[in-house]
Amino acid sequence: MSDAPALRLEDVSKAFGGLRAVDAVSLTVRPGERRALIGPNGAGKTTLFNLISGTIPVSSGSIHLFGREITRIAAHRRAALGLARTFQINNLFPALTVLDNCLLAVQGLTPTKFSMLRPVDRYPALAERARATLESVGLGDRLDATVRNLSHGEQRQLEIALALAGRPKVLLLDEPTAGLSPAESQHMARLLRALDPAITVLMIEHDMDIALEIAEHVTVLHYGRVIADGLRDAVKADPLVREIYLGA
Amino acid sequence: MDRRFLTGAIAVAVVGVLAPLLPSYPLTLLTQAVISAIFAMSLDLLLGYTGLPSLGHAAYFGVAAYAVAILAVDAQAGFVTCLLVALVAAAVTAALFGLLAIRATGTYFLMITLALGMVVWGLAFRWVSMTKGDNGISGVPRPELALPWNLTAPLPFFYFALAAAALAWLLLGLLVRSPFGMSLKGIRESESRMRSLGYNVWLHKYLAFIISGVFAGFAGVLWSYYNGFVSPVDVQLVTSVEALLMVALGGSGTLVGPAIGAALIVFLKNFVSVYTRRWLLILGAVYIGVILFAPRGIVGALRGEASPRGER
Repeated sequence: MSDAPALRLEDVSKAFGGLRAVDAVSLTVRPGERRALIGPNGAGKTTLFNLISGTIPVSSGSIHLFGREITRIAAHRRAALGLARTFQINNLFPALTVLDNCLLAVQGLTPTKFSMLRPVDRYPALAERARATLESVGLGDRLDATVRNLSHGEQRQLEIALALAGRPKVLLLDEPTAGLSPAESQHMARLLRALDPAITVLMIEHDMDIALEIAEHVTVLHYGRVIADGLRDAVKADPLVREIYLGA
Repeated sequence: MDRRFLTGAIAVAVVGVLAPLLPSYPLTLLTQAVISAIFAMSLDLLLGYTGLPSLGHAAYFGVAAYAVAILAVDAQAGFVTCLLVALVAAAVTAALFGLLAIRATGTYFLMITLALGMVVWGLAFRWVSMTKGDNGISGVPRPELALPWNLTAPLPFFYFALAAAALAWLLLGLLVRSPFGMSLKGIRESESRMRSLGYNVWLHKYLAFIISGVFAGFAGVLWSYYNGFVSPVDVQLVTSVEALLMVALGGSGTLVGPAIGAALIVFLKNFVSVYTRRWLLILGAVYIGVILFAPRGIVGALRGEASPRGER
């Protein structure tokens, strides 16, 4: 592996009409790094995730994944290059079972997804990987439950499982603890700490305790701009950050 | 062999055993029902599994039916030639229309497929040198196969259609349970998630669109042979709407439901039209009833009862 950064953004901007939701953001994330992306509501964090994952096109700037430019390539091809994401608002397959949800995630990056002539249960290797992934996020006993019947907390766990199932190199987590109770948040934090250290993680998180516990490196976004970027203690001490974000 | 397969196989066997006992008119209707069932199941692949409400499905049905009629009447082509050319014609039509339609979703997809369906209807109506226009093409002979039975008689043709429908049901049943079929369900549930999992959503939809068109064409082939006559009526909007209603009534996303819906609509249509010419009015009333009282269709409602909320 070269020493190219896992993820590099250069002057990335996104304008919706006159509103610059993301304004000349530059960002470098090293392989294996845990990075928190914080900022007040409307700072452009989720928009930035949508740009990185390819959900919406950038207005200007460039995005590189392990040294390869991905600025203009389609979202599904970015996934094939090892980029996975979760969603702030659960984005699952509600009418399918937990196992089928995860099977879809596992087969997404294999040619099996195009095979039409054998039932899905004739692919034990895929099911095994799906089961193992679900086991790892604590859903091993909920395989046959329909997703719309899961609790919100369980759905958040499944969000993570779907992203992990494709064995990503870079993982974008959009507020993994959104809407969770304190106990569930702690459970989620344990899950995130236990992630394979080889995976590069960029995480949006509003719960400061969890964000600062998991990430050693923090980027602060405000009105679409990076206003602070550095190790967590330095960022915590930054007077501007304290004023606009931590409110202390 | 799972339970659903067994139930379906028993249903086919029961219909097959009862058919010889039926008078000729009900047998005729049953043959129509079986052919419509293939048509409705093909639409279910799009509507129920992929979440694409096509309102122009008669196009592929009609293109194949016309292909058979033209080849069999003008060129005296045999069954295999007619079948293959008709299926390819349906596939090519779906492949062309899919390029235009798949970009859209929801109501816009509905409108575009409606418009494309009207194009085929317009061709059937106006391209007189090819289609004989409003008069239609009559005198399509029943296929001559190396079978001990003559397909010109109603009962052997019914068995022929029943075997074709069973084959279509098996193939579509396999397809929706395959990894590809699972991908279609995923697209129905969340396109954006599918993209982020590495799926080329457009390509999956496009393939489903073509496969669905081929099965609709298969129904069209049988229809052409069954009716012995093809006219613009077979490609008109009402034919597409009826197919949508069959799927909605029986239960979309179940395959078996649309087949049952097809049978109900065929029998209801023929029964009602004895008393009134305002059949479409009744069709509309049935549709409203389904939406109000059984939005998941007959089979959907039954399965919902059997496993409350789908839990465990």
